[in-house]
Amino acid sequence: MRKLFAASLIAGSLLLSGCGYNTLQSQDEVIKASWAEVLNQYQRRADLVPNLVATVKGFAVQEQAVLIGVTEARAKATSVKVDAATVNDPGKLRAFQAAQGELSGALGRLLMVSENYPQLKSDQGFRDLQAQLEGTENRITVARNGYIEAVRSYNTTVRSFPSNLTAMMFGQKEKASFTVDNEAAISKAPAVNFGAAPTAAPTAPTP
Amino acid sequence: MALLVALAWLVPGLSLMPVARSASVTESAPGLVVLPAFSDYVVDPAGALPVAARAQLIARLKDLEVRKGSQLAVLVLPSTAPEAIEQYSIRLARAWSPGRKGVNDGAILVVALNDHRVRLEVGRGLEGVIPDAYANRITDDIIVPRFRAGDVSGGIAAGVEATVRLIDGEPLPAPVKRRHAAGGEAPWVLLLILAVFVGGLLRAVFGRVAGSTLAGGVVGVAGWALIGSLWLGLIAGGIGFLLSLAGGGGHQWRSGGFGGGGFGGGGFGGGGFGGGGFGGGGFGGGGGGSFGGGGASGNW
Repeated sequence: MRKLFAASLIAGSLLLSGCGYNTLQSQDEVIKASWAEVLNQYQRRADLVPNLVATVKGFAVQEQAVLIGVTEARAKATSVKVDAATVNDPGKLRAFQAAQGELSGALGRLLMVSENYPQLKSDQGFRDLQAQLEGTENRITVARNGYIEAVRSYNTTVRSFPSNLTAMMFGQKEKASFTVDNEAAISKAPAVNFGAAPTAAPTAPTP
Repeated sequence: MALLVALAWLVPGLSLMPVARSASVTESAPGLVVLPAFSDYVVDPAGALPVAARAQLIARLKDLEVRKGSQLAVLVLPSTAPEAIEQYSIRLARAWSPGRKGVNDGAILVVALNDHRVRLEVGRGLEGVIPDAYANRITDDIIVPRFRAGDVSGGIAAGVEATVRLIDGEPLPAPVKRRHAAGGEAPWVLLLILAVFVGGLLRAVFGRVAGSTLAGGVVGVAGWALIGSLWLGLIAGGIGFLLSLAGGGGHQWRSGGFGGGGFGGGGFGGGGFGGGGFGGGGFGGGGGGSFGGGGASGNW
């Protein structure tokens, strides 16, 4: 009897540690943490926007359309409801990404028009905000990278043998990851038009 | 301007960033600039700095680490292409990881001379005392004007000085003598305990030879899982088998004495793991600080 108990104890602990269950759990936690970091950084950006809009407004009131565009994009981005469960739903994640992408676009336009106001550009408050925004954009990139990497290793575990059986048993599915916004546009070279007004195309960084 | 460029990439329709981003994840991706070794506080493979200026910088940075425990490093290189300096420097920061583990008080000043780009990469623990706006003032107001005037070493020295002053204002935990983390040891200790206990248990259940074989198997699999190498796992399994086999006669479990005797016969763990330690007094390398992409870039 005692031998039987000991044997089943050993078999049980072997089964649990060998089937990848613990790996799945820890990788799931990594995803949660890196997703929280992504949300954190997007939130940080959203928090910067009101100040930025207020500062630009002080120097460039006539840029109503752009300013309203940013405010609306921010409202839209923050109204997309996200939580820890969003990572399980590719559709929700795509909606979140689209809303944030729109805010990125609006902010890009805002900074573009701000180039036309030398007084604004030399304002220390604006420069600090701009640096904060730039740093936040970089943090978003880093956080998204971390999330993509976490999802990649988790999905690999979910799909490889024998942990895929464990994942199936406990109902753990592959998680959604960030994607390129529109793949078709990337494979196309950007059009450069010297005749028209300057576009958002990146130019050589001249001081 | 730099921000404009950065944002332009994020605008839908122009976002090339994700492509480059996923490429930068892998350490040894082809075509990327190879990361130099973190051999000293100032790494300057191209020799852009005069020897005296370099020695002075190193002394200043060493002094900072001794006083505050924070590590500030400087890298001067020709170019980070094809990566942007932000991507390169986060890759570098992850590889070097200056700053203490847990405190994350490291920072790196990266200067790409031919790109005319400079970046102050700030570790998570220093983001409070060097927020992006301050990092931006250091790059744009202190470093860039000197670089524009052609004074590379002066710009770096002034930038380092400003950064050190900011770090000096931060109440960080007192510096402690850094010990080398014994990361390689824990799995082996665990395996040894496993071999002894599981060996005793299994031997009691299945008899001596079969039990030892099973114990060897268990230790082998555990070793494989813990160390992550099949071969090391197999070796651990073999050792586990021998330990269990040598661990004494048949009725150990019931008579109370698990395992007992039998091992310790030299051989195990003799200094091979846990690292030979860093050289005394010299440069200790990165301490394991974590970076989240904070800091600011500038160009001239």
